[in-house]
Amino acid sequence: MSSDETVDSGRRNLLVATAAVGGVAGVVAAIPFGMSMLPSERAKAAGAPVEVDISDLQPGQMKTVEWRGKPVWIINRTKEQIASLRKTDDKVSDPKSEKLMQPEYCQNETRSIKPEIMVAVGICTHLGCSPTEKFKTGVESGIAADWPGGFLCPCHGSTFDLAGRVYKSKPAPDNLEVPPHMYLGDAKIVIGEDKKA
Amino acid sequence: MNTINDGLKSVLGWVDARFPLTSNWKSHVSEYYAPKNFNFWYFFGSLAMLVLVIQIVTGILLVMHFKPDATLNASGVPIAFASVEYIMRDVPWGWLVRYMHSTGASAFFVVIYLHMFRGFLYGSYRKPRELVWIFGMLIFLCLMAEAFFGYLLPWGQMSYWGAQVIVNLFSAIPVIGPDLSLWIRGDYVVGDATLNRFFAFHVIAVPLVLLGLVSAHLLALHEVGSNNPDGIEIKKKKDANGIPLDGIAFHPYYTVKDIVGCVVFLAVFSIVLFFMPEGGGYFLEYNNFFPADPLQTPPHIAPVWYFTPYYSILRAVTYPLFGIDAKFWGVAAMGASTMILLLLPWLDRSPVKSIRYRGPITKWMLSLFIIGFFILGFLGTKPPSYEFFGMIPGAPIAQVFSLYYFLFFLTMPVWSSLDRCKPEPDRVTSK
Repeated sequence: MSSDETVDSGRRNLLVATAAVGGVAGVVAAIPFGMSMLPSERAKAAGAPVEVDISDLQPGQMKTVEWRGKPVWIINRTKEQIASLRKTDDKVSDPKSEKLMQPEYCQNETRSIKPEIMVAVGICTHLGCSPTEKFKTGVESGIAADWPGGFLCPCHGSTFDLAGRVYKSKPAPDNLEVPPHMYLGDAKIVIGEDKKA
Repeated sequence: MNTINDGLKSVLGWVDARFPLTSNWKSHVSEYYAPKNFNFWYFFGSLAMLVLVIQIVTGILLVMHFKPDATLNASGVPIAFASVEYIMRDVPWGWLVRYMHSTGASAFFVVIYLHMFRGFLYGSYRKPRELVWIFGMLIFLCLMAEAFFGYLLPWGQMSYWGAQVIVNLFSAIPVIGPDLSLWIRGDYVVGDATLNRFFAFHVIAVPLVLLGLVSAHLLALHEVGSNNPDGIEIKKKKDANGIPLDGIAFHPYYTVKDIVGCVVFLAVFSIVLFFMPEGGGYFLEYNNFFPADPLQTPPHIAPVWYFTPYYSILRAVTYPLFGIDAKFWGVAAMGASTMILLLLPWLDRSPVKSIRYRGPITKWMLSLFIIGFFILGFLGTKPPSYEFFGMIPGAPIAQVFSLYYFLFFLTMPVWSSLDRCKPEPDRVTSK
């Protein structure tokens, strides 16, 4: 088009409108592509509760089971370990578990239904590594001289006490998640389901 | 003899009438005039192309045997992990192809880091080469994505937990984060869906983008012409034919020079490939020889060496700010540490380009930056509680150098313009 020709503004407007409508259609057409990357129906369905027998779990021991592809810890805490939670109260960032990282029935001093049995998802709230148990206390733990026992995340160094509460000034923002769970009798726990029995 | 020549010429003429073969060959190769004073640092661009070809060829061969499947086989081993072992043990020469690919990944980053450092030394990102630099930085980001997706495929312990950590980085973004990381994983945990899509990204999506960016990088470079160790424009002094006085044709002069570079590179590459393919645990981490176990994080996890400086920066942020937790700021700092490089052409205000004519401030700042980058890289391979000589804690040192990393760039407009520069020569020099 040479410069002395004038722009036909009617045609130009039509062109812009057509391009805009075509662009919207293109964006809409991309939605199914994006949606196809979401979890499939099969992935959503695979979340059945897990039953665990804890009759052989001695005080001071821990057991790991898989629930929804994640490790879930069941810890039988000794009396000293439960007592240590008082001492860590002022060292952890959310001592009263105010943030809802646990079901209501676990929003208490020990973050558990029974004081001795702790159930927690063993996934660090920072970037999803599984912390390592550091039940040895004091210097022997290699963490601190007054270490009362707990967990250390190997990836970025977050530490948690024996109720899964995160220490202050660590990369992890929240306490470890307590999954919904309930007891079937004394020695059997169901993880992933908490109908009031 | 003449008839063969005439025959070839007429074929070429036939092609040239239909496709710009001769004109492209001339403008990009035989009549592309590059400065005559290229030194050692100018090998790494062509070496990066060589490694790209190695990765593509070995990658295609690996795809013929690899199975991106996280389900367990009859002996309880994930199929993807078992297929890599199958390549290593049963496929004829499979070990060579696989080790070339895994060593090639590290070689790629060695070459690219040196190539980028060359840019720092001689100001190759400065006007008019801003887009050359930006395309190059996008190539660098693509390479990091490619390396990350590829590292999940063998489905070892480090593959699994590395992907777990990096995908969870996205969940730190406020509001959309958790859904975003779910969308990336395609499942609530890193699993079969994740493995399959990372395979698709690694072998199709990212390589396509990468090849496009490499073309753009070269087209932009050939438009503005190459920089040189003196950092002066050879196009300012041309002869009667319009050819830069200090320019020599890329072919045959630099093609021949680059072949020498390729031979030396391949010799070094072969030594690593045949005698230390795992690179002492830095190229292939020992924990990746265990199949992925979603219930157990290895006692010490660290990324492969080329990610560790950025990983150190991620770990260095441990304080919440403005009511948003430290996790987000760590991720933001890591993202910013790569993004800030894109701004480099506008941060540098020095009147001269090359380090040869820049003053002491630049030399000190850049030296400290490189030392800091190495220290961050080293600390990133260590657990967070690492102490130098068992007494100097590493964590605060990483914090100091992370801060310096950003200060280097953010204060660059000031110190680069304050520096006492020497006068640039009129014509290139050959030292």
